[in-house]
Amino acid sequence: MLKAKVILVAIGVALAVPQVQAGSTPEEDRKETVEYFKQMFPDVAIEEFVNGQYALDEDRRKQWASMQDFPPYEFAVAEGKVMFETPFANGKTYASCFANNGIGIRQNYPYFDTVKNEVITLELAINRCREANGEPPLGWKKGPIASISAYMASTSQGKPFDIKVPDDAEAQVAYQDGKEFYYSRRGQLNFSCASCHVQNPGKWIRADLLSPTLGQPANFPVHRSKWGELGTLHRRFAGCNNNVRAEPLPAQSEEYRNLEYFLTYMSNGLPVVGPATRP
Amino acid sequence: MRQGLIFVCLTTLALSATGPVFAEPTQADIDRGKELAFSRTDGNCLACHQMDDGKLTGNIGPELVGMKSRFPDREILFKRIWDETQFNPVTVMPPFGRHMILSEQEINRIMDYLYTL
Repeated sequence: MLKAKVILVAIGVALAVPQVQAGSTPEEDRKETVEYFKQMFPDVAIEEFVNGQYALDEDRRKQWASMQDFPPYEFAVAEGKVMFETPFANGKTYASCFANNGIGIRQNYPYFDTVKNEVITLELAINRCREANGEPPLGWKKGPIASISAYMASTSQGKPFDIKVPDDAEAQVAYQDGKEFYYSRRGQLNFSCASCHVQNPGKWIRADLLSPTLGQPANFPVHRSKWGELGTLHRRFAGCNNNVRAEPLPAQSEEYRNLEYFLTYMSNGLPVVGPATRP
Repeated sequence: MRQGLIFVCLTTLALSATGPVFAEPTQADIDRGKELAFSRTDGNCLACHQMDDGKLTGNIGPELVGMKSRFPDREILFKRIWDETQFNPVTVMPPFGRHMILSEQEINRIMDYLYTL
């Protein structure tokens, strides 16, 4: 209870003066976050948080379970596999761009590239791979890139996230930027990501059940009933920004990549479950 | 001295005329208030509050009932809808007035309605 209070006070301060967030290490942040949600949901096993709202609500979980016989993303994953394995015009494949030929590596994304000094997400790596091989980049939010990313996630299911923030000033800055984004209020409605997903997970906002921070990125790319198709994490970020009447940023902008970096680090140790479904 | 007194009287008169005059709301005011409170693009109060006969309401904020006894001072309720962050810095309630989500007049109509709950 005390810890939860400390975090809430920290949030209050952070909202007023975001720069005071600097100081604690990413690992301290993660442990505090895990502890906070354990106290908020003492009956939920920690690895269940990757299932978002389905970990928190029995009715929603039943609806979800009934969808698992014929998951709506199956076709996209099969399509993604074909695209992943089809050689580019130069004869090479995606496998040539990734460690372990791109199989079972989702849990290592995003990572910080200390040479380029930027966060590399899986989707960014996919498009850079294409460009390095003379192919045009794919659209960022849905369609082929989501299918390829979904296939790559499917080969990594169950592997624990292992995001690293190296001992590098630029990497620390990227992480802190992402954290600051998560806790900063924005838009006409004046919500931060944390307003809903730290302060109010498990509660209803109209007919939507709010998910907790912990585990949030683990199920992406995700098939939302609302979309009727797969979408990437950055598509969801933009949707959330729209919901609070803030100007959404471009997918794969530095801000969203840093946000993904922070958010995924919080889920370290939790299993990859993407692709998955959400309402 | 006398002129001063007259001035004070006149000022008082002027202030009471331009100050927050509150007339009993008409049924039309109350109906308009409910419409604004329920509309997703205006108040959208149901996103977070259970109230009245609202369907599929959220539960982030408290249920809106007994408003007269909870907010006997209309001015305070106005200020809290205008900008709740002034009262609770970690609130998630949007600052409806400060962020121009609702006009002063619209907030007043919503309050006319809220005081019937």
